[in-house]
Amino acid sequence: MSGAMAHAAPPPGVWRAFLRSPAAVAALAVFSAFCVVAVIGPWIAPQNPYDLAQVDIMDSLLPPGSESWTGMPYYLGTDGQGRDMLSAMIYGIRISLLVGLASGIIALAVGTIVGLVAAYRGGWVDTVLMRIVDLQLSFPTILVALILLVILGRGVDKIIFALVVVQWAYFARTVRGVALVESAREYVDAARGLRLGALRILFGHILPNCLPTMLVVATMQMAAAISLEATLSFLGLGLPPTRPSLGLLIANGFDYLQSGRYWISVLPGLVLLAIIVSANVLGDRLRDTLNPHL
Amino acid sequence: MTEYIAKRLLQALLVLAVMTVLVFFGVNVIGNPVYIFASSECDQPCLDKIITDLGLDRPIWEQYWVFVGNLLQGDLGNSFTHGVPAMSLIWERLPATLELAVCALVIALAVGLPLGVAAGLRPTHWTSRIIMGFSMLAFSVPVFWIGLIMIIVFSVTLGWMPAVGRGDTVEILGVDLSLFTLDGLHHLAMPAFTLSLIMMAMVIRLTRAGMREVLFSDYIRFARANGIRESRILSLHVMRNILIPIVTVLGMEFGGVIAFAVVVESIFSWPGVGKMLIDAIAVLDRPLIVAYLIFVVIMFVALNLLTDILYSVLDPRVRLGGAR
Repeated sequence: MSGAMAHAAPPPGVWRAFLRSPAAVAALAVFSAFCVVAVIGPWIAPQNPYDLAQVDIMDSLLPPGSESWTGMPYYLGTDGQGRDMLSAMIYGIRISLLVGLASGIIALAVGTIVGLVAAYRGGWVDTVLMRIVDLQLSFPTILVALILLVILGRGVDKIIFALVVVQWAYFARTVRGVALVESAREYVDAARGLRLGALRILFGHILPNCLPTMLVVATMQMAAAISLEATLSFLGLGLPPTRPSLGLLIANGFDYLQSGRYWISVLPGLVLLAIIVSANVLGDRLRDTLNPHL
Repeated sequence: MTEYIAKRLLQALLVLAVMTVLVFFGVNVIGNPVYIFASSECDQPCLDKIITDLGLDRPIWEQYWVFVGNLLQGDLGNSFTHGVPAMSLIWERLPATLELAVCALVIALAVGLPLGVAAGLRPTHWTSRIIMGFSMLAFSVPVFWIGLIMIIVFSVTLGWMPAVGRGDTVEILGVDLSLFTLDGLHHLAMPAFTLSLIMMAMVIRLTRAGMREVLFSDYIRFARANGIRESRILSLHVMRNILIPIVTVLGMEFGGVIAFAVVVESIFSWPGVGKMLIDAIAVLDRPLIVAYLIFVVIMFVALNLLTDILYSVLDPRVRLGGAR
């Protein structure tokens, strides 16, 4: 793989090494584009798909390229309720990325603290925390998320909670592993010799050296979270129908698939695919360039 | 050995206890089951009567004990919508899910092993890159999206494959199976393939990694030096050693496959337990939901336990505590 190449010729800078892979550059461009769309979405979307006053049921199920009776173009067609697919997808990207990012950041924070504490304290604290992590990881993520959402019901906050619960253990295990290696280094001994406080050593010295690994795992986990959210929403378990994410848009279009109205499902699906694949390629490339022995 | 098994057994029971608490308190405490029974005209005395009938006026820990007591007798209450014991519904639907999962497992091994061996033998060849790219895609692309594309391509556009249901079944040993009729196989192909993809990706990666490790070991070198044919080395010496981790991972993943079957069954309207769960959630059939969750958790914990014990039999280092 390309990781071997990076070994053979140590790159002058991580950023330049990263840019050497055309696939990674393309993935970065695609992913950044989606992030931009997510941020400025409300200003570029032709209509607000949540505002029922702007949605006309008479315009339902129009194929891409049609026009509404007021002359507004539907570049990507409309869904079963007459929503403009382009607008619905822009808002869907917003929600999917929001859920992925929010759950990723919270899980990262929780996992990092648990991992650092386990590595630094060692002993029974480490044993207990890692047993819990092992237990959590022995259950398939979809099963845990399914149980939690069946109990909690639908909602943005609930799906973020469920995603945090299934993700924190990955971060905890990874951070612990890296932190264990780092705590054995000389600079930590030096910091201990200076009688610096445990918190300062943990967060000021060990944590910065765990960051590359955390970045790689966070990218991969975010892709997995977006994929899982889409799957759960597709099953009708994730987000409420009033705030359709990409998964829910695909589910809505599923009913029309058999009649050949492909665009309602396929277009949001392609966007979802582009987000997930680009995030994975990014994570892969980051791992190769930052090379945090995963 | 006995100590190891006893320890794992105790751990499994603990997990089960925690999970029953989570499911019971989650489903019965966070939501209020009274409103499912109560009609809109139900006034306070009528509500009180329902509460007493359901035993909801008793302390919550007492309710939990009743629940666990019933659970131990295999009684998880009656389904609201079907009016029959929830467990009997699960037993009725389970063969369809197991059939799907086992077929997916077979497909994953039949396709994944040769691809993994090929990728492991020549890791820099372009075919290996394609195989590894495929395994990354199969890992990261959501399963429901792949199922959807298969329906669009093979059912809607080409019209080759049926997108819904199980097709004709035959009864074998008292269980209805699609596997042994032509129509049933026709219906089974797409859902089983879709479900197999994640496992297939995993088999490819494990096989490739195992090949890279085993191919350079001393005993393979000696086998070659002894003039044993390459095909025999591969099929006998290499295979035997890379199969152990694959079998372990697949054993542990099988519970995950049953959970993922929920997705595949919903897409292809396959009448298994997963589809039943989604239907039960849609109409808030609480006993059926609890029964499914408890059932899957028990099955998953049992599978994990079984795999661990089997693994410790196959690999003595585990039970002697060398690994951890």
